[in-house]
Amino acid sequence: MSVQEVLPLNGLATEPSGHYRADHLLVAEMVRPGSKVLDVGCGDGDLLQLLESRGIDGRGIELSREGVNRCVAKGLAVVQGDADTDLVNYPDDAFDYVILSQTLQATRQPRVVLENLLRIGQRAIVSFPNFGYWKMRLQLLIGGHMPRTENLPATWYDTANIHFCTIKDFVQLCDEIHVKMERAEALDLYGRPLRLRLPWWVWNLFGEQGVFLLSRGGRK
Amino acid sequence: MVGVKSIPSPAIAEERSHEADHPSSQVAHFGADQPLPLDCGIDLSPFQIAYQTYGELNADRSNAILICHALTLDQHVANVHPLTGKPGWWEIMVGPGRPLDTDKYFIVCSNVIGGCMGSTGPASTNPATGKVWGLDFPIITIPDMVRAQAMLLDRLGIDTLLCVVGGSMGGMQVLQWTAAYPKRVFSALPTACSTRHSAQNIAFHELGRQAVMADPDWHGGRYVDQGTHPHRGLAVARMAGHITYLSDAALHRKFGRRMQDRELPTFSFDADFQVESYLRYQGSSFVERFDANSYLYLTRAMDYFDIAADHDGVLAKAFAGIQTRFCVVSFTSDWLFPTSESRALVHALNASSARVSFAEIETDRGHDAFLLDVPEFFDISRAFLQSAGKARGLTGKGG
Repeated sequence: MSVQEVLPLNGLATEPSGHYRADHLLVAEMVRPGSKVLDVGCGDGDLLQLLESRGIDGRGIELSREGVNRCVAKGLAVVQGDADTDLVNYPDDAFDYVILSQTLQATRQPRVVLENLLRIGQRAIVSFPNFGYWKMRLQLLIGGHMPRTENLPATWYDTANIHFCTIKDFVQLCDEIHVKMERAEALDLYGRPLRLRLPWWVWNLFGEQGVFLLSRGGRK
Repeated sequence: MVGVKSIPSPAIAEERSHEADHPSSQVAHFGADQPLPLDCGIDLSPFQIAYQTYGELNADRSNAILICHALTLDQHVANVHPLTGKPGWWEIMVGPGRPLDTDKYFIVCSNVIGGCMGSTGPASTNPATGKVWGLDFPIITIPDMVRAQAMLLDRLGIDTLLCVVGGSMGGMQVLQWTAAYPKRVFSALPTACSTRHSAQNIAFHELGRQAVMADPDWHGGRYVDQGTHPHRGLAVARMAGHITYLSDAALHRKFGRRMQDRELPTFSFDADFQVESYLRYQGSSFVERFDANSYLYLTRAMDYFDIAADHDGVLAKAFAGIQTRFCVVSFTSDWLFPTSESRALVHALNASSARVSFAEIETDRGHDAFLLDVPEFFDISRAFLQSAGKARGLTGKGG
């Protein structure tokens, strides 16, 4: 059973992604050209390269030394650092956007990290794997074991991901810390957006990951 | 044989002192109208800067890279050294197709002020007395070295450097360049260095200086007048310094506890171990090419270096609003300038919103890794320079 069989997804992204990942293209589309961006947990720098190709001034932080050195060898401005401990060194409003791509669940203090993102950046773009995804639920419900998927293949004992959440949980956190959600997208297994305006519970069930464009000052 | 062998021959001493006044490289002379204002308050005049260049300056003068050399190195980056006859100290990095590609870039390296390879220093002749400066030479600092380099670049007609590159004391000069002349530095590649010299490093330098000054041949710094050179003291200083440039792992890998040309200990203070023999060689070959007083002056300059102190103790203030692109590189086994020092620099640069890359390279070769065959360092340097060249709009060969 695939996502397509469950939902009438006419709006599913179909444009060819070239050599860029579909979720990276979505993130890049959220960033205004000419802005200054910090990518926290930038990995091998694929997203940064995409952003720089669009005239965006990109910087990165990456935890692994190998990742940093590969980025620097591509000519990218990347430093070795930890989202939990090193974001405090950046001044307020240093960037237009701070991106946290598939990293929130690996931080020790996701809430503090999120607050720091929106202190350093005018806006934050956060993507994370949705633990409410039906395949996850099914594995726990039927299989009785911690879920593993194509995108999250690590076992529970060697995963770096220590703070999993669902799309619903994340929305709740944003409300709690008064973060405004300017745009939200749920992506399928292949990183393509579920374009339809569906209720949260559908996204929470069929979105493999969530991508949020956030700014300061939400409800309350 | 006990202790450091060989008294350098008078011929070598002669050659060395000739090189100090009449270097086998290009020289820029600065007369009474262009004194060098030193941090100690003295205007040094006249003075000269010895330098080498490689590659060609392009039409819009946008492809110039300045290399700043480390404590005991000099301007002979990629040519045979006039005193030792050995290849240049950074030929692995500088040349056609190398990371600092002489087909693309115009490379300049000058001997620092206070050095002994042709730029004015304690081994040069003081025009006022006709004798060697010795300890009459004023104390110089890293900012003084950089000021002199800036005057040289003015003379060469180079306003903005594509990049300033250097490791160790050279890295200190790179950082001083960005703090003092941010608009003249498009990009900076400081390696294995720090924004200030640590207490431990000052301590090692003091050990070296005391070794020189304890040598009776030093004669209060007036050894040239006495026809001597404190080669024993300087060799000991070099040996101590050399240990700090390596690492425990590198020494173990290279020498272990292996014996030198013998099976059994001699039960003497002869160089039984390979590591002893190696250090003695390092010491005795160093004294042939380096002036003892110059060693005192240059180690002192490093000790005084503290960029933050010049900016109300706040490092980030030194780089406020800077547009220079940075690539900071450190090495895991460097205990002279450990990664933590580079990280502090990177934090300050981040706080200034500077465009900064920072790579820590894994190697067991210690501080000297920046001079050795470390491919990862070459890849990073090459890519950083290419990216800087692209951002600066280098066209044609330099693109």
